[in-house]
Formats: sequence, C-alpha cells, structure tokens
Amino acid sequence: MKNHVWRPLFVVIGLVVCILTFRMFYIPDDFGAQDRGYTFGFHRLSNEQEWKDYTAKYKGAEYCNECHFEKVDSLSQSQHEMIQCENCHGAAFDHPENPEKLVIDSSRDLCIRCHSELYMPSSGRNDIPGIDPNQHNVGTECSECHNPHNPSLEDM
Amino acid sequence: MKRRDFMKNAAVFVTGVSVSISALELLDPQEVLAANPELRWGFLVDTHKCIGCGFCVKACKIENDIPLEANVTRTWVERYVIKKDGDVLMDSPKGALNGFTNKDIDQNRSGMKKVDDKDIAQAFFVPKLCNHCETPACVQVCPVGATYQAKDGAVLVDRSWCIGCGYCIMGCPYGVRFFHPIEHVADKCTFCYHRISNGGNTACAQACPTGARMIGNLRDPNDPLTKIVMGERVGVLRDEYGTKPQVFYIGLNKEVH
Repeated sequence: MKNHVWRPLFVVIGLVVCILTFRMFYIPDDFGAQDRGYTFGFHRLSNEQEWKDYTAKYKGAEYCNECHFEKVDSLSQSQHEMIQCENCHGAAFDHPENPEKLVIDSSRDLCIRCHSELYMPSSGRNDIPGIDPNQHNVGTECSECHNPHNPSLEDM
Repeated sequence: MKRRDFMKNAAVFVTGVSVSISALELLDPQEVLAANPELRWGFLVDTHKCIGCGFCVKACKIENDIPLEANVTRTWVERYVIKKDGDVLMDSPKGALNGFTNKDIDQNRSGMKKVDDKDIAQAFFVPKLCNHCETPACVQVCPVGATYQAKDGAVLVDRSWCIGCGYCIMGCPYGVRFFHPIEHVADKCTFCYHRISNGGNTACAQACPTGARMIGNLRDPNDPLTKIVMGERVGVLRDEYGTKPQVFYIGLNKEVH
C-alpha cells in the first residue's frame, strides 16, 4: 500500500492504543454491568460499600436511653412519647465525646411545627391541640409554662 | 425478483427477526432482578398520619449533610388544600424544613393566599422522596454509569464518577434529584443506605412522630410494610410514566402528582 495511506493509519492505530491504555488504568476493575444489567446496573461496585460506610448522625432513643434512662422513661409516659429525643435535642453524632453537649432547640418555632393550629380535615394534624402563634403569649418560650417532657395541661 | 426468491427471502427475514427478538427477551430486567429474591427495599407513606411537622426533612438534611438553608432537599412535604369550589392549592415552603406553621399558602407569583376554614373541603400533607423505581428513568439516561441501581433496588449516585451533566435531574419524573451545592454532583435520597444496610431505620422514618413513614423489605412476606402493600389499598405516584415506583402511598388523591 502507498505511503499516504499508511501514515494516517499509523496515527489512528497509535491513538486507539493510547486510549485503550489510558482506559485500562483509569477505569476501576470492579466497574461494569452488575446485577441489574447494562441498563440499570452499570457502575463501580465498590461504591455500594462506600454508601454503606457513610456516617450516621442520628442514633435513636435507645442510644439516649443508655445513659439518660430517667429522662427517656419520663418522656415515654407523657403525651410526647412519640417524639424522638433528637428532634429537639439535636442529632447525637458521637455524643458524649463529640460534641460533649448537645444544643437543645427550645424555640417557639420548634413547638409550632405541630402545635400551630391549621384547619386540616383528612389529616392527623386536626387531632393535635393547636394555638395561633401570633396570639398565644407572643415573645415567651413555650417551655416557660409547658414542660416538654410532660406537656399535660392538668399538671400545669 | 422471482416469486420463489421473494418467498425465500421473506421466510429468512421473518425467522431472523423473530430469533433476534427472542434474544432480547433474555435480557428482561425482571429476570435479572429475580436473581435477588431475598431483599428489595420499599417505602410506605401514610398520608392520613402525616401532620406536616417537617421533622423528617430536618433529620434527612442533617443525616445526609445537605446544607439546611440551601434550596434543595432529598425529601419534602407538600400541603394540599382542596376548596369546596374545586380549587386546589399546594405549597411546600422550604420543602417543609421548618414545618407548616401558617395558614397562608404560598402561590409563588400570585403571592400568599389565605383560605377561609369554612371554604376548605379537604386538606392534607403528602411527604415526597425518591421512589427507587424498578425501572428508573434517571439511571437509564446517565452517560457515564455514575448512577445505578443496586441489587436490593436502591438507586444511588457514585460521587467520584458523576460528571454533573444533569441528565438524571431532568430525567426523573418526580423531581427528586438535585445538584449538590457542595459536592457538585447529582444527589438524591438513598433510603439512608448506610442506616438500613446496617440494620437501622431511615432518618426520616425515625424522626417521624406519627409513623407516617416506613421502610421495609418487599421480598419478606412477614415484613409489616409488605403486609400493608400486599393487603391494603395503596397507590403510587405517576404510574403512567412506567417507572414502577416502589414508594407506596396510603390515601392518595387524584390531585396529588
């Protein structure tokens, strides 16, 4: 074959070899079609484990109960028993090591998430005692009168 | 062409086409999925129980390191108010990060709208999250294999592999994907893969005071979620897209999409 055919052909072959070599080093060994086939499962398999190793921040009431069992116990006998400790006290992370103390959210904004009165027929919201936050003791924190661990109005 | 040749060619063509179509059948995703009969994550939302407190949204954002004030979220809660005259109003201020504390309904350009209690026929909350579809449209459009479905049905994003093209964000019919403002990759609900894979509950379901959210294994007939999904009347969102969503809803209305 003539020279003018071979020369560009060498360039093309060289390029293909370069791309294939780069691909060999760049693409991880576990990359490919996995359990769900090419359409839905084409990925790097080790990424699944990476997601499984993500750090959890919320530890749940059982974790709190290991030390603060008196508080957990008193809450579990009140009307607020369905509320997780961490919803108001903040995510535990590695408490008590890091952070040493959790910051309690005792703002009105937190309480009115549930207790701001809305008219919501066909929703559980209607069954919760509610107030109008613009009328009900504006400027004071709810916890000054209501004990969040025992919100029963009879004990006030 | 002679008639004999035409008949011969036609016979060869028909046989060839039917053989290649039967080859496609071999790649049926359902069959591939059947290889994992033990575990398929599913989710159940009971809209009757949701009170719109938004603790799920807050917990999700903190658990998964999504900036609180950024206008993106992996899960959100929508409020629907259906008036007696048939008008439907919907809003979700900040995705309900701080719950619903106001009777005013955000109608975007038309401003805040106040609806008189006596005009309301129905009003309820609908939590939304990734549906972890059986045939996810978002995965199909990824050009680099960065988003995928794991064996157990969870749809995840490989952050080191995503190029941020945004096809999946556009491809999702439910709008659950967004661009992560810090990681600069596509992001979405993982069903708290790190929690459920290690025997835990999702952060949103754990934070929910009323048990409106539930995660479970659809392959286990004794799972409380499976019992409800199999035994009660549940619906899914946007069934017509053919994505086969795996988040089931109790108490869906036609107004909810």
